[in-house]
Amino acid sequence: MVNRNCRATLRLLTLINRQGHPHPPLSSSPSGHISHSYLILPFSIAFVFLTVLCFYSGTGIDACWKQLQRNNVHGEHKIVSFFSPLASSLKTRQWGVKIQSRCYGSASVLVQRNPKFSKLNDEDVRYFEGILGAKNVIQDDEKLITANTDWMRKYKGSSKLLLQPRTTDQVSEILKYCNFRCLAVVPQGGNTGLVGGSVPVFDEVVVSLSAMSKIISFDKVSGILVCEAGCILENIISFLDSEGFIMPLDLGAKGSCQIGGNVSTNAGGLRLLRYGSLHGNVLGIEAVLADGTVLDMLKTLRKDNTGYDLKHLFIGSEGSLGIVTKVSILTPPKLSSVNVAFLACKDYSSCQKLLQEARRKLGEILSAFEFLDSNAMNLVLNHLEGARNPLPTSLHNFYVLIETTGSDESSDKQKLEAFLLGSMENELISDGALAQDINQASSFWLLREGIPEALMRAGAVYKYDLSIPVEKMYNLVEEMRSRLGNDANVVGYGHLGDGNLHLNVSTPQYDDKILSQIEPFVYEWTSKHHGSISAEHGLGLMKANKIFYSKSPETVKVMTSIKKLLDPNHILNPYKVLPCSSIS
Amino acid sequence: MKIMVAIKRVIDYAVKIRVKPDKSGVVTQNVKMSMNPFCEIALEEALRMRESGLASEVVAVTMGPSQCLDTLRTGLAMGADRGIHVDSTSALHPLHVAKILMNLVQIEKPSLIILGKQAIDDDCNQTGQMVAGLLNWPQGTFASKATPSKLKNQAFAPTMWWGFPKDKSNMSQIGKKEYTHGTMKSLIDVVLDKEKEEVTVDREVDDGIETVQLKLPAVITTDLRLNQPRYATLPNIMKAKSKPIKKFTPQELNVEIKSDLEIVEVTEPPKRKAGVMVSSVDDLIDKLKNEAKVI
Repeated sequence: MVNRNCRATLRLLTLINRQGHPHPPLSSSPSGHISHSYLILPFSIAFVFLTVLCFYSGTGIDACWKQLQRNNVHGEHKIVSFFSPLASSLKTRQWGVKIQSRCYGSASVLVQRNPKFSKLNDEDVRYFEGILGAKNVIQDDEKLITANTDWMRKYKGSSKLLLQPRTTDQVSEILKYCNFRCLAVVPQGGNTGLVGGSVPVFDEVVVSLSAMSKIISFDKVSGILVCEAGCILENIISFLDSEGFIMPLDLGAKGSCQIGGNVSTNAGGLRLLRYGSLHGNVLGIEAVLADGTVLDMLKTLRKDNTGYDLKHLFIGSEGSLGIVTKVSILTPPKLSSVNVAFLACKDYSSCQKLLQEARRKLGEILSAFEFLDSNAMNLVLNHLEGARNPLPTSLHNFYVLIETTGSDESSDKQKLEAFLLGSMENELISDGALAQDINQASSFWLLREGIPEALMRAGAVYKYDLSIPVEKMYNLVEEMRSRLGNDANVVGYGHLGDGNLHLNVSTPQYDDKILSQIEPFVYEWTSKHHGSISAEHGLGLMKANKIFYSKSPETVKVMTSIKKLLDPNHILNPYKVLPCSSIS
Repeated sequence: MKIMVAIKRVIDYAVKIRVKPDKSGVVTQNVKMSMNPFCEIALEEALRMRESGLASEVVAVTMGPSQCLDTLRTGLAMGADRGIHVDSTSALHPLHVAKILMNLVQIEKPSLIILGKQAIDDDCNQTGQMVAGLLNWPQGTFASKATPSKLKNQAFAPTMWWGFPKDKSNMSQIGKKEYTHGTMKSLIDVVLDKEKEEVTVDREVDDGIETVQLKLPAVITTDLRLNQPRYATLPNIMKAKSKPIKKFTPQELNVEIKSDLEIVEVTEPPKRKAGVMVSSVDDLIDKLKNEAKVI
């Protein structure tokens, strides 16, 4: 026990520590809850033997089993240091051995690297270089770190290879080879997802579509845009702006997110209320299946009732059924009169009544209806420079942002003013401000769109994205508040018009205790009220095993069979979306 | 004391301007129009003076076709007491505006005229100066944020705070000490002295800040850093509906709109050429010498 550098001792100490660590019972883990101490030594020796084996087969420790750890200090990337314990910080309880920390999940879910997947070797790299050219095959550490880490810096994979194809044929070749070699693949766009669906879990090959960013065609008469999947949303928006059109979706991540990713995750955003979801706006896609087959469903027709409409399978499949390489999307014309109002309500029921009134009085010109509570407002004002409170004279409990888009400036403004003044007389709103020019409108939007960033700056954040019937939505926030008390700042905001709540719990650091208070209560509550545990963020890795809270087992069974049909080797974005138990 | 503020309806600052294909002007069809940002600042300044008790009334004036009434309503919603609309469908150049304002002054008799330093559509920066010249009034142009200047014999009235100061380092010690609950010392540097009928203006000029003291009645034009305009809140929008708007025409004011300026052509500035990557220092020197001819 004295020689602390002995690997066996390290393992032993880890085991002992883990035993004493307040974890819930670990299921099916070879070195989990050990009650007979005399078994430790042989187990540890056997384990060390295995790890040594793995090491020599060239995979590294992260190829072994991983445990979803609860403790994850925000932003810290722990490097695997099994063989160099001094490399990591020694003051940990775990004797310098830090298994690469995965993000918290709930309870004791063990994600094991599927041994069916092959390991990458030099021959593979050479083959890819042959298809793509050496420039587009990236093994540079810095770029790999970016590709391996998600936007929230919660999920970190350990991929050793990043590929950047430029044409659909290259994507097809890559997938054909990966399918043949059984190499797991993660399609990656802007990497702005919030559920860990865009980064590798282990050493999957990352196929980034960033290099495919051409706008192929745009029809000015019908407004149908055809572009490649790697086009950044903001670039498309500026292009359409000069043509007099807008994108039917708009989200805070528009500066980095790519349309292929938006389509694959069925992104919602701020304009869903007016223009509907991507299922309605995407007219066609071109996707590459796991075996390299290119499915060209890239039609630019508004109506096409010939056979089963397969593109809907890919929209929202989060890259697990195929890689989307081209998208054809219907864009609405840019209307000149946009008005934004920022309102204050005293309680949640007035927010709801306001929504009903807005639907009725503003009708066809209503284009966004967002709400945020006072905690969210304070966060934004404190953490974001340039955020200015339009209603500074008093504190309000709820704020609502309404946007109208129409073709006639004066009549829209009249309608909006009449609606607002009427609501004020009926005491639905206690105060409000109307933006007089585009700058003021952007500053109102900053208050709503800046909340995620403000949350990131405030420390650790637990994010939940739930669809709940509008009447009950805020009850969840209040219940969370009473559960967590003063330990955490519970913030509620979201697309009230779509019944979508973004529940965020902000704490200075990630903490097991708080997580156990939140999950699975949040999911159970949502399930009880027949809501969805993921309204627009998707399942990704974070909620891969939670699908049963919102979908019946029979439905999941059919999903699994479709997955088996389109991707029999399960190489596309493994470990995500569908529960591990149903696959393999 | 009455303050008159002139506001102009222009293409919104955030809109991407496009030149008409026949090069006669810019596209204004279906484009968002709003109040000139400098005029907003001017109006905000006048409102702060009224709120601090130094002025009794703020009158907003706008000139142009009937659509300008929207901008005037915004001004009333921000807090102006009355509006004046000078109806004219022809193009109004700064000299016409100045002449109209001169004649309005005979009717309204304000002690202070505040304008934005320039309009963002023509960037003329002439109206304020012309008005002062025609009326023979002193002018303080490019009024900006700076330390409150003279402290002795000055009626320093605390004003309501709107928005957050961008530059705390400029706050004077006196200012900080006199903070009271609810009202704060203003950071604006336009200081009005009611008894002495003077206004002190810190002007932002190329070499720095120039302080001038003007005897009222005077003309002030506002620069960007003077204040942050307030939003139009719903209660104010409601009140604005009942505020009176008086209508005039240039003929009634004895001003002939004769255009002695003709816009010949409007073109976009040349697009910036892409840069060229040079392979070595020698290549760079060669290009600088022979192509750019700067060394």
